Amino acid sequence: MTNHWVDIKNADTILVMGGNPAEAHPCGFKWVIEAKAHNKAKLIVVDPRFTRSAAVADLYAPLRAGTDIAFLGGLINYLISNNLYQAEYVKNYTDASFLVNPDFALKDGLFTGYDQDKRKYDKTSWGYVKGADGFVKTDPTLQDPRCVFQMMKTHYSRYTPELVERICGTTQAAFLSVCKQVGTAASTDRVMTILYALGWTHHSQGSQMIRAGAMVQLLLGNIGLPGGGMNALRGHSNIQGLTDLGLLSTLLPGYMSLPGDKETDYRAYIDKRALKPLRAGQMSYWQNYEKFHVSLMKAWYGDAATKENNWAFDYLPRVDVDHDIIRVFDDMFHGKLNGYIVQGFNPLASFPNKAKINAALAQLKYMVVIDPLATETSEFWKNYGEFNPVDSSKIQTAVYRLPCSLFAEEDGSLVSSSRVLQWHWKGSEPPGDALGDPEIIATLFQKIRALYKKDGGAFPDPIQNLTWNHRNPFSPTAEELAKEYNGRALSDVFDPTDPTKVLAKAGEQLAGFAQLRDDGSTACGVWIFSGCWTQAGNQMARRDNTDTGLGNTPNWAWAWPANRRILYNRASAAPDGKAWDGKRKLIEWKGGKWSGPDVPDMRPDAAPEQNVSPFIMNPEGVARFFAIDKMAEGPFPEHYEPFESPLDKNLFWPNSAQAFNNPAARIFKGDREQLGSHKEFPYVATTYRLTEHFATWTKHQRINAVLQPEQFVEIGEKLAAAKGIAHGDRIKVRSKRGELIAKAVVTKRLRTLLIDGKETHTIGIPNHWGFKGLTKNGYIMNVLTPVVGDANTQTPEFKAFLVDVEKA
Amino acid sequence: MLSSDITRRSATTTAPASARTTVPLAKLIDVSKCIGCKACQSACMEWNDLRDEVGENVGVYDNPTDLTENSWTVMRFNEVEEAGNLEWLIRKDGCMHCEDPGCLKACPAPGAIVQYANGIVDFNQENCIGCGYCVAGCPFDVPRISKKDNKAYKCSLCSDRVAVGQEPACVKACPTGSIMFGSKEAMIHQAAERVVDLKERGYANAGLYNPPGVGGTHVMYVLHHADRPGLYHKLPTNPSISPLVGLWKGVTKPLMSMGIGLAVLGGFFHYVTRGPKEIHPADQRDQSED
Repeated sequence: MTNHWVDIKNADTILVMGGNPAEAHPCGFKWVIEAKAHNKAKLIVVDPRFTRSAAVADLYAPLRAGTDIAFLGGLINYLISNNLYQAEYVKNYTDASFLVNPDFALKDGLFTGYDQDKRKYDKTSWGYVKGADGFVKTDPTLQDPRCVFQMMKTHYSRYTPELVERICGTTQAAFLSVCKQVGTAASTDRVMTILYALGWTHHSQGSQMIRAGAMVQLLLGNIGLPGGGMNALRGHSNIQGLTDLGLLSTLLPGYMSLPGDKETDYRAYIDKRALKPLRAGQMSYWQNYEKFHVSLMKAWYGDAATKENNWAFDYLPRVDVDHDIIRVFDDMFHGKLNGYIVQGFNPLASFPNKAKINAALAQLKYMVVIDPLATETSEFWKNYGEFNPVDSSKIQTAVYRLPCSLFAEEDGSLVSSSRVLQWHWKGSEPPGDALGDPEIIATLFQKIRALYKKDGGAFPDPIQNLTWNHRNPFSPTAEELAKEYNGRALSDVFDPTDPTKVLAKAGEQLAGFAQLRDDGSTACGVWIFSGCWTQAGNQMARRDNTDTGLGNTPNWAWAWPANRRILYNRASAAPDGKAWDGKRKLIEWKGGKWSGPDVPDMRPDAAPEQNVSPFIMNPEGVARFFAIDKMAEGPFPEHYEPFESPLDKNLFWPNSAQAFNNPAARIFKGDREQLGSHKEFPYVATTYRLTEHFATWTKHQRINAVLQPEQFVEIGEKLAAAKGIAHGDRIKVRSKRGELIAKAVVTKRLRTLLIDGKETHTIGIPNHWGFKGLTKNGYIMNVLTPVVGDANTQTPEFKAFLVDVEKA
Repeated sequence: MLSSDITRRSATTTAPASARTTVPLAKLIDVSKCIGCKACQSACMEWNDLRDEVGENVGVYDNPTDLTENSWTVMRFNEVEEAGNLEWLIRKDGCMHCEDPGCLKACPAPGAIVQYANGIVDFNQENCIGCGYCVAGCPFDVPRISKKDNKAYKCSLCSDRVAVGQEPACVKACPTGSIMFGSKEAMIHQAAERVVDLKERGYANAGLYNPPGVGGTHVMYVLHHADRPGLYHKLPTNPSISPLVGLWKGVTKPLMSMGIGLAVLGGFFHYVTRGPKEIHPADQRDQSED
């Protein structure tokens, strides 16, 4: 979230799209209800299904699963053509005035530079025009046809209400009523928030859906404002922490990145990431990249990381390609992996095309499952009849099940969607032989290190030299790990403006990432977490909930970065330093500094007349409507059909076959052959979670099992009547990949939509069930889902595919 | 709560204790804030140590599908579509804690059902004889007889928690503040505020459900369509105690008591006039040979 949970109460309008917080985030949803009860807020829900969020909405509009960019593009078109945007904000805080490279264009649904064979773009032309001074050329009047604003206006002029209706199935009346309500937030005294989750990420163009949402928010001038923002509601209790720690194949902690396999030169690696300002006087905070990077390497390798060896640069693995889960399981399927450690997740249940996952796991020599529960993955080899029809005699994989503790049996911190790191203490000891995850991993590490010591090995240095200063090397404590990710001074750290002043003495915990240095004098495991465990102690354990204004509680736990609760909050004030809205004063320029109820996201002494723009992480200093080269499929979000679509063409580009699906999305051979056609599978399917369960865990718990005991599939009344399906009948759902049988929930909440004049039905398939646990045994939903991911993140397209249904 | 808090006791005519004072309490369920998450059901099971069976799906979100001796509250999901406008009305069902409780009036077992001065209607299973009259007497179809011990169960409004100044478990667990708890007066005031908001949002008939036919209730609803409570899973528009219970407690009961009295009296006169029944020795022998 750019903002935080409590801040939702400050919103005037709440757009829930690509998420269902009433069901998936019921505790956080209290702030939506609070905004309605005490701020007279209007709640809009746009979703293929009439959800429990829609049940309390003021306005609901259905759309076909996977068509969100068409809808949002139509919304952008409406806002621009009706002059419903915050002009001062757009002019000053975004790239609207920037001139775009003259070679850049959109033709036949493809941006300049497409390579069909590689399914990749050459992004050379996706940039701004720069002057001789290295800075971007702009047109502050926003009239130049090559300025970002005019190009965006032209781009979305094609997204008419008529086309939105034909593609999304949302009636023009419903679509326009949403537009009208959203448009109210264009004035400076009205703010809208967008809440989204996996309903946007689980698409082959999910990242661009989110970007389109962010563009709406920028047009309305809502990023950085209390009650505004782009708010990703994270899917697991600590998935925010997972991304922060960089547990993706190409990342390092704190959103730094691993070098690519061609990046052999340390200086070039740093320079590419330490971005210089693209406009005069901008902060471009990533200029400090080397400080964060060197401090990380000092935390990991201590004395072995020296200036002479480029801070152990060669210890880092080099990235050849993304090793995302789709690729890893494809490699496994083709016999390229022989061992796999599964820690705290259930891939057999969670990844697309279960049959492929079954076959892939059977290729392994061994698998280690570290989990508190007996997961389906740990018994992938066992025959559970129709639910897991495998021939155990043909599977040779050795499976080791290591029971571990649950979160309630551990001390530690969790990072919420609000970016708040909150410390928690164990409620009880884990049962039986279960150990904490750090203990299991540390023991494994000690054994591996001993083997390297005994036998040598090709490159033992990164293993042998790893810092491991734990009182018990076989069981690092949560406190030790937390202090390490906060960072400490290795030698005295001096004030750069006054070299006689010591900011932190050697050995002391650092106060924040501003104290990090690139000379090896500081160590810090996760730079964005720096400040969470200072000399003053564990800031994450603080429990003072005093509201300093607008629902900010800076002394409750600790938020990254720098305990800031609302990101880009400089944008909550106009260029002159006064809040846009007198009743929403978050930070203001007063008495020669920025101050207010939140920690300013700006250099504290940057006077308004210095024109330091609010988006300090971008070298431009402003937010981007035009994503330059950051996205795989283009600088402006463009609608493409899901990989399984009920249409034969992209209605925006009826004559361009290449523009039917996301042209930059990767799909492996074998997976493409497993895509179905609407001729055989005529219904749009979407998958989701229910309030009563969490993923595939809570079916192991009696109360949750009582509340939602048995697998079901939702089907609209019209289709059910045509197929002779009644409430509670058993129905069979088939996709090209597999089939499942479940109880039918026949409902008015799944509307029949008119897509390009054709009646189109949606089938709703809840996640959660499987063959382990206390609920009635059921099918793993992912027997149905296709193996294709978002072009940027490779998050699988769980939310839009095709099926057929019949009475079982 | 203490026995001195009891104001009414089933099948009992002795006057209640009057030394202690309290204010009437109420739970207010704002249906317009309810997201049907079932946290209340979960909390009810946890606090009251209830574990229902893992049931089955019957084609709706409701589960357990009905109130049982182990499920004292369930969510009722209703899809209502009128003039193309769809609503998903979700109501938390359970005991309404009537001011004039039909169950208590119908109950023939002394002390099996009591009403406290704060309005809570509570079942004391040790006195329950499992006759099921409370089920017939309830205008909301709430009490359930256990097949295991043949006793009646329903929501106690967490009388054990309330007794020590805590809110009922469902109130504490509700994430959206849809379930509130306090003095009945405060809850009526709260409801009025909510009704203003709902009317502004276009629900012209929003209102409080506190039906007078049962003397008002200590569990009340804020409804968007207070003119049509039946939309919310057949919530009765104007509930009242069954006339049969009225008959039993009104005319029939004194007649019956009189009948019992007359029988006793008759027996007495019979004894006085005819003496004790004597058994012939021959009859006695016959019996012992059976």
